[in-house]
Amino acid sequence: MDALIHARGLTKQFGSITAVAGIDLDVTRGEAFGFLGPNGAGKSSTMRMIGCVSPPSGGTLRILGLDPVKDGSAIRGRLGVVPQADTLDNELTVKENLVIYGRYFGLSRADVRKRADELLEFVQLSERADSKVEPLSGGMKRRLTIARALVNDPEVLLLDEPTTGLDPQARHVVWDRLFRLKQRGVTLILTTHYMDEAEQLCDRLVVMDGGTIAAEGSPLELIREYSTREVVELRFAGEAPEIGEDAFGDLVQRVEVLPDRLLLYTDDGDALVPVAHERLHPQSVLVRRSTLEDVFLRLTGRTLVD
Amino acid sequence: MTAFALASRTRGHLLFERNIMVYRRAWMTIFSGFFEPLFYLFSMGYGLGHFVGKIHGVSYPHYIAPALLASAAMNGAVYDATTNVFWKLRYGKVYDSMLATPLGPVDVAVGETAWAQFRGLLYAIGFMVTAAALGAVQSWWGLLALPAAMVVGFGFAGVGIGVATFLRSWQDFELVQVVLLPMFLFSGTFYPLSVYPTVLQWFVRVSPLYNAISLVRSFTLGHVTWYCPLNAAYLLAIGVVGIAVARRRMAGLLLT
Repeated sequence: MDALIHARGLTKQFGSITAVAGIDLDVTRGEAFGFLGPNGAGKSSTMRMIGCVSPPSGGTLRILGLDPVKDGSAIRGRLGVVPQADTLDNELTVKENLVIYGRYFGLSRADVRKRADELLEFVQLSERADSKVEPLSGGMKRRLTIARALVNDPEVLLLDEPTTGLDPQARHVVWDRLFRLKQRGVTLILTTHYMDEAEQLCDRLVVMDGGTIAAEGSPLELIREYSTREVVELRFAGEAPEIGEDAFGDLVQRVEVLPDRLLLYTDDGDALVPVAHERLHPQSVLVRRSTLEDVFLRLTGRTLVD
Repeated sequence: MTAFALASRTRGHLLFERNIMVYRRAWMTIFSGFFEPLFYLFSMGYGLGHFVGKIHGVSYPHYIAPALLASAAMNGAVYDATTNVFWKLRYGKVYDSMLATPLGPVDVAVGETAWAQFRGLLYAIGFMVTAAALGAVQSWWGLLALPAAMVVGFGFAGVGIGVATFLRSWQDFELVQVVLLPMFLFSGTFYPLSVYPTVLQWFVRVSPLYNAISLVRSFTLGHVTWYCPLNAAYLLAIGVVGIAVARRRMAGLLLT
């Protein structure tokens, strides 16, 4: 196996605060790997360590078989990075941003100009090539940042919350471009707190919480392991009735009581619905498949962690 | 020479390239700094100089022209090294994106020093051409004033970059001015060191601008002495220290 990223007991501390508390990771070539987790879970700190812009506080980390502390410059030359906040050069035009970035990677002026045109085409920004960066929309800036990260034809693309703050149209364009990169064999490593994004893009993901890895697997595996096949949502006009975990016997594995709703985690929604109707008289009933969101909330809780 | 040599040996020259891209469109903003030393030359040198007469046998405009040349190199370098670097470091996020590439803090520190030195040199050249046309350069040694201005620019650019990494807000630039203005006025710019009592003279001798002026003046007046290499070494040393400090500080601020 060709492990592009290999971490054992990786930790990151900022003074007395532990951002990453000893995680183990292996990402293989061609994989789309996701970090899922609430804010402050340690996703970005991990990404910065992988990007060789943040020295690990402890543990081992190998990227492309190299040591990020000793060979940071060589590793960064083979990575593409899309940071959480856009760091585009506002004093330059759209195309100049790509050209100079390619130069930072040691590409020749002629090569980089050609490459810039191709990339602008790829992210659908050719018409804005000579525009300043400032007036671009959020989605355009994001696409330009992605194009910039691809200028050195990276083996690994690191994306820290690639679609946060974008409108649905812009998100779909970004997803589409990332999917194409994945098909071309680029290894994608991304953080997100959008479950649909993780389900769409990731072959494998870890759920991080409090600096540790709470669960690992493919989206389907995680749903199978940490949730049931289906969820029956019962809505009530007033407050939802308090019921115990075993109110429905074997039919329901887990019950979650929310202010106006009951969530019943079950493997057989169709069998459960009539029973639940009869016993609890809800205002409405919805049967849906379990999603990553259910896994996420189960693992990281519903309380706000900010 | 100086920072340019360092920049070509590191990836620092890529920052230089970036800045050229930016200023290709904004060259007017550089142009403005060209006039300040000329205003001093006309008002002090020719205006006030009318009542001053000669200093050490040299007419007053000839006496202050090299000092203004050194100050021009200093101002250009310091202005760029502090204002621009501070903005890029704290607000523009320019270095954050650079450090995600093979570039490292040392490339940033060296590259920006080279650029700031270059800006100082541009002002020095502009002033030199005008001063020579007015006959304020008396010796063929004067040709060496430009390489000297590069050394001056290097020293102040390096220190400026180092200082820029410690500035926390735009208010802190007042502190930079509090140092620069007295240094400009009291470093033997407008009159010789001999007007000060001995103790003060030694104090002024360690002023970087005094060394810069002394170096440039030796060349334009053709009084080259063994002080010249000493002045140059002092300026090179503070530049190198400034770059080293900036490299460390930038790594500490950006690679967390």
